[in-house]
Amino acid sequence: MQAWHFTEMPYPHVPQGDALESMRVTIPSKLYDPKIGSDLYNRYLDEHVIADELGLNIMLNEHHQTATCLDAAAPLMAAILARQTKKARICILGNPIANRGDPIRIAEEMAIIDNISRGRLDVGIVRGVPYEVFAANTNPTQTLERLWEGVDLIVKAWSSHDGPFNFEGRFTHRRVVNIWPRPYQQPHPMIWITGSSDYDNIKKVASRGYVFATFLQPHDKVKLMFDAYRSTMADHGLPGGAGMAFMPLVYTADSEEEAEKGAKELTWYMQTKTPPQFRNPPGYVGVDTNVKALQGAYTGRTDAVRAKGMDYLREQGVLMYGTPDSVAKQVKRYYDLVGGFDHLLMMQQAGFLDHKRTVNSMTLFAKEVYPQIKDLPRTVAQKARAMA
Amino acid sequence: MLTTDQRKTLIHVSGMDIELERRGRGQPLLLLYGEEGLEPEAPFIDELAKDFEVFIPSPPGFGNSERPDWISNIDDISYIYLDLVEKLALKNAPVVGFSVGGWLAAEIATKDDSFISRLVLVDAYGIKPGGPYDRDIADFWCLHPSEVLKLKWRDPEKGKRDFPSMPEEKLTIVARNVESLARFCWEPFMHNPKLKRRLHRIKVPTRLIWGEHDGIVTPAYGKAYADAIPGATLQVIPGAGHLPQLEQPEAFMAALREFLR
Repeated sequence: MQAWHFTEMPYPHVPQGDALESMRVTIPSKLYDPKIGSDLYNRYLDEHVIADELGLNIMLNEHHQTATCLDAAAPLMAAILARQTKKARICILGNPIANRGDPIRIAEEMAIIDNISRGRLDVGIVRGVPYEVFAANTNPTQTLERLWEGVDLIVKAWSSHDGPFNFEGRFTHRRVVNIWPRPYQQPHPMIWITGSSDYDNIKKVASRGYVFATFLQPHDKVKLMFDAYRSTMADHGLPGGAGMAFMPLVYTADSEEEAEKGAKELTWYMQTKTPPQFRNPPGYVGVDTNVKALQGAYTGRTDAVRAKGMDYLREQGVLMYGTPDSVAKQVKRYYDLVGGFDHLLMMQQAGFLDHKRTVNSMTLFAKEVYPQIKDLPRTVAQKARAMA
Repeated sequence: MLTTDQRKTLIHVSGMDIELERRGRGQPLLLLYGEEGLEPEAPFIDELAKDFEVFIPSPPGFGNSERPDWISNIDDISYIYLDLVEKLALKNAPVVGFSVGGWLAAEIATKDDSFISRLVLVDAYGIKPGGPYDRDIADFWCLHPSEVLKLKWRDPEKGKRDFPSMPEEKLTIVARNVESLARFCWEPFMHNPKLKRRLHRIKVPTRLIWGEHDGIVTPAYGKAYADAIPGATLQVIPGAGHLPQLEQPEAFMAALREFLR
């Protein structure tokens, strides 16, 4: 089991709750104070350097036009950390390829960071979250098509070493693709792809031997996703080990009370507000899902989860907190419930959780939890079994 | 794929199955419905069907029509409709288009208006009269649904639809229509930058009918549209928003009849 430190690098100093129409897409930048913001950037980078010193890996992501995530360009943070860290693997999860629109540029950026870090880079490639199609103006009905055309083109660009090739696809046209540098890792860095319950997509990830990652989902749903991944690996005769990743919110403390306080602050992330028109852009999800939405299947679901509170989130495995032994137990429980996984992506900072308490939690995790879960066996391909 | 409605058939054209409804008897009239597909259910069509054989095709991705991947925009669909018109041997036919269907009608007419007797565009999209910073068309994808309702309807209560009580078959069409509109019209948003430069090719008598209170594409937008089509006139319907045919059906039918007479 590999453990990764993550923060979305929030800028929480904005009106909370209903005082704000939206924390994303339309939130005015006059609410951003550069003095506070520049401190936050440096603080979050410091915490990633500390993660490296503690023996944790580093995960980064990017979002646009939002106070929930100051990292609007993950490759920039990755480039800084490639120089400032020594041992940690650095995973950008991920490059929102549908929204960035230029796969070749991403291939170049990743190859540079892979070289500077001497092969410590993992490259996540994602289609982008729903609200972000507005910032990038990406057609919401085509994000998956753009994702896969882009991934295949990036891999081809990384692994072609005998001069240029041409590419005339649906979304990208290039007459001479011939990137410099080539990646440090050969044939190329590991690719990670995120997903939810779109099993066809999970199978595509598995069949190419890429890592599959999912965030903040209850264990019963994740079990089905991971089963789809494992069985596809078996179908393709793949040995396993590319890996499956899961992200919960994690807070570790010396006492249960202190852990609960920290965990409560992490749940800030789940309260951040987005108005309905940005939550489900037309065609981002399929017709079947939208039919259910029209029937009212999802109305009030977020409120229902909020009302259920911390114990519920803990039971679902979305929020893990407690003393080191308790957190280790929760990780193992989740591991058993989903049939095993390989990467624990930990959102250990969110909202107003300050530097000191963030580092306390990270340190306790690294020193007292990590040793207890490190040797959990890695993914192996499994024969397909009946899918629910 | 086929619904239980016996008036609808699938017709193979341009390599795909297009849903076509035919209603009434008489001179052919081509009706291009709006993105919500509300018109075919409205009583005014039965009124029209007393004087015309009304042809109501569903564009690719709308209703039960197929949506092949290669179709990117309304311009593409206009060529498919020209194939359809040829297959149906429509001649001397009025063409009436609503909202995105009005845009489609304009695209078709710029390419070939020889089968069209009269062209009617109702609160149509399709052009961008202003500059890059002008919000010529209200961005209904970026606004709260309740705001959109207010811009679209003079009386927003009339625009509310009770989705949970609709059969799943119908909701599937609603969801498909929403998705397909985004597929074809997301960017450029609800217009074809080339169309304004092509509208001068329309030589048939053209009438634009517009809801006085349309907040999505305003009567001023309608005026700019009319100005770009030689000889076209704009008629404004009081007491109506983006869908005068549904909000003021009598005034709308009177205006339409007067022009088609």
